[in-house]
Amino acid sequence: MPVTVEIEKEKWTGRVREVTLGATSEDGGTRRRVVTVGGETTLPFLSFEGEMPNPPAVALEIQDRYPEDWSDLLKEAWGDVLRDPAAWARRAEEYGADLIALKLQSAHTEGDNTDAAHAASTAEAVLAATGLPLIVYGPGQVEKDNEVLLAVAEAAKGERVVLGNCEEKNYRTIVAAALAHDHLVITKSPIDVNLAKQLNILVTDMRLDLDRVLVDPTTGALGYGLEYCYSVMERLRVAALSGDSMTQQPLICTVGEEAWRAKEAKVNEGVPDAWGDWESRSLNWEVITATTMLESGADILVLRHPESVKLVKKTIASLMAH
Amino acid sequence: MGLSGLQIYKLLPRTNCKECGFPTCLAFAMKLAAKQAELSACPYVSEESKAALAAASTPPIRLVAVGSGDRKVEVGNETVLFRHEKTFFHQPGIFIRLKDTLPLPDFEAAVAEIRDYSVERVGIELFVDGLAVENASGDAETFAKYVAAVHAKTDRPLVLITSDPASMAAALTETNGSAPLIYAATPDTWEEMSKLAVEHKAPLAVRVDGDLSALAELVEQVKSAGVDDIVLDPGARELSSSLLALTQLRRLALKKNLRALGYPIVTFPGEGADSPKEELVQAAQQVAKYAGIIIMDHFDPASIYPLLTLRLNIYTDPQKPIQVSPGLYEISDPQPDSPLLVTTNFSLTYFSVAGEVEASGKPTWLLVADSEGMSVLTAWAAGKFDAEKIAKSVKQFNVTDKISHKKITIPGLVSTISGELEEELPDWDILVGPREAMDIAAYLKTWH
Repeated sequence: MPVTVEIEKEKWTGRVREVTLGATSEDGGTRRRVVTVGGETTLPFLSFEGEMPNPPAVALEIQDRYPEDWSDLLKEAWGDVLRDPAAWARRAEEYGADLIALKLQSAHTEGDNTDAAHAASTAEAVLAATGLPLIVYGPGQVEKDNEVLLAVAEAAKGERVVLGNCEEKNYRTIVAAALAHDHLVITKSPIDVNLAKQLNILVTDMRLDLDRVLVDPTTGALGYGLEYCYSVMERLRVAALSGDSMTQQPLICTVGEEAWRAKEAKVNEGVPDAWGDWESRSLNWEVITATTMLESGADILVLRHPESVKLVKKTIASLMAH
Repeated sequence: MGLSGLQIYKLLPRTNCKECGFPTCLAFAMKLAAKQAELSACPYVSEESKAALAAASTPPIRLVAVGSGDRKVEVGNETVLFRHEKTFFHQPGIFIRLKDTLPLPDFEAAVAEIRDYSVERVGIELFVDGLAVENASGDAETFAKYVAAVHAKTDRPLVLITSDPASMAAALTETNGSAPLIYAATPDTWEEMSKLAVEHKAPLAVRVDGDLSALAELVEQVKSAGVDDIVLDPGARELSSSLLALTQLRRLALKKNLRALGYPIVTFPGEGADSPKEELVQAAQQVAKYAGIIIMDHFDPASIYPLLTLRLNIYTDPQKPIQVSPGLYEISDPQPDSPLLVTTNFSLTYFSVAGEVEASGKPTWLLVADSEGMSVLTAWAAGKFDAEKIAKSVKQFNVTDKISHKKITIPGLVSTISGELEEELPDWDILVGPREAMDIAAYLKTWH
């Protein structure tokens, strides 16, 4: 007996906002090209029922201080550029990154405790070295973040850089810097839909347009809380497509930082043979964390290893092909 | 989908005759909805109602077992599209495919290696569920010999892969009623393959590429031939087409209650991949997005371990925090003068810390505070792992009865509470340990 199966489509009413990172000379910046993310009208890659106008983008993370605590595998992969953020950014661009994510680690008070002027000159050097749009993170300490991100915002005026992270306890200075100098921000909240929404409301109250906001829902690496992050992202995306305005932001995931903190990626001594070859395992740890985030709604993935970029970008291209 | 008590009530005679043992039909309906009563207790229910209730109580995706005995893999019976809606119940079986063109000793060695692979994570043993044998030689006798060889080496579930019913028949005679998955019936072979499935009480995969209507039709055909346990192969082999097909199948089964497609799905991630790494990426996608049986072409611990870890993550019940019992744990037979560390009872935290302490070889007391299953930083932020809680745990678990010193090491992530803890535990030394579990061994070396 003939059976006719009709494709089951959801009638989504919402849409993820499009956010454009970087500015070319036409718009007052010096980026060679801009990167636009978001705009989805369906769940990730479900081309049969909606649009995904922009492929997810891949950023490579660089730091302004030699990353002592990074896995030896990462140090070997990058070599000497680890001591020069401008050279590192240039290399990251060569490796196929869409974006550069600069972490101003040297400003950390327990490290070199570098100042605002140092941060500004680092950002300028990196902007001069690459034509890609830039994401800039402070060292993750409230006062230092405010100090260095404000300096970067001034120095990079017109470039539409992304300033991270705005958190519930510290967002005013960073949002004000973004407003004053026409930049974007990342709002970061701990794996919770309502906290993510609440922070976006606070940021909106300061009159920052939501087309200048990326949301970092907090990433969990494979084996280290990935499932929490996965489900919060799915819930955020379902809410966004159902029309909940405060959840309609593109999502950014710090995959490299989390995956390379996992013992499976970081070390090779005293681990079970059943974990397999260290280098393959480590790369798989980063790649699988990344691709699983893609399935649940990531728009930007921040990675650390050049090889991961290749495979993740190929995965994105395959998923966008239909 | 299950019916509510009121929906069931409408299907009952509504005479309140009490013969079922309940005072009213409504009360009986409520018990039925709660699965605390059997419909057969009602002598007057109509045949129509029986059929409607039976249909409603059948799961939208059938539970299918591959293999027999303790090692069998049960897949299907899923009820949601997103794990946050409830949970995913039956994790996909992961199988490795070997071909009967491999030299027999190599084949047997590979079987043994896969069979013996095992890795522990958060106290759970992870392993490869089973093996798939493909009749690449095209020869029935060879296929039967290789299937017999794998059957002799392991009681893990098997998948038998051949398009030739004669080869399948030959191989099935070597499987001794162990219910391997027969792969696969196609529109050309379904009659013969269905007969074999019925004869050997084995589940049957059905394959139609790129046409869900034709796939549903084939399912109806094999059902009419008496096969109940069915596994679907929609033939999508690329990353994108697989995501679309598997999402459609899950939606059609759950949202449209389409019985003809309400079965678990088998995938072959290696067939659409250019490399073993891409195979892993596709397999990972299929773990998250709706596969029931995943048949891999490569076995490499460096890939299988991340894949098994991902499966563990995705199939963790999001409604329950995973935790261990709070208490004072003894690692490597500690003495009264051994170090004392404190951490939370989130199971991942506990197993990370306990694993490192154990690997260090240093006898150690590990005090696990009741953080309601939260990790160190989350629990600290939520006030579930503060100075008061730690001090309370020290007393609650009679730590001072077991150890002779008064030194307690807190996780580096919560170094800020050491002052408050000094107030709570006035005659104690509060030591600050490393931020990451992986640095514990080095820390314990310097502990004195």
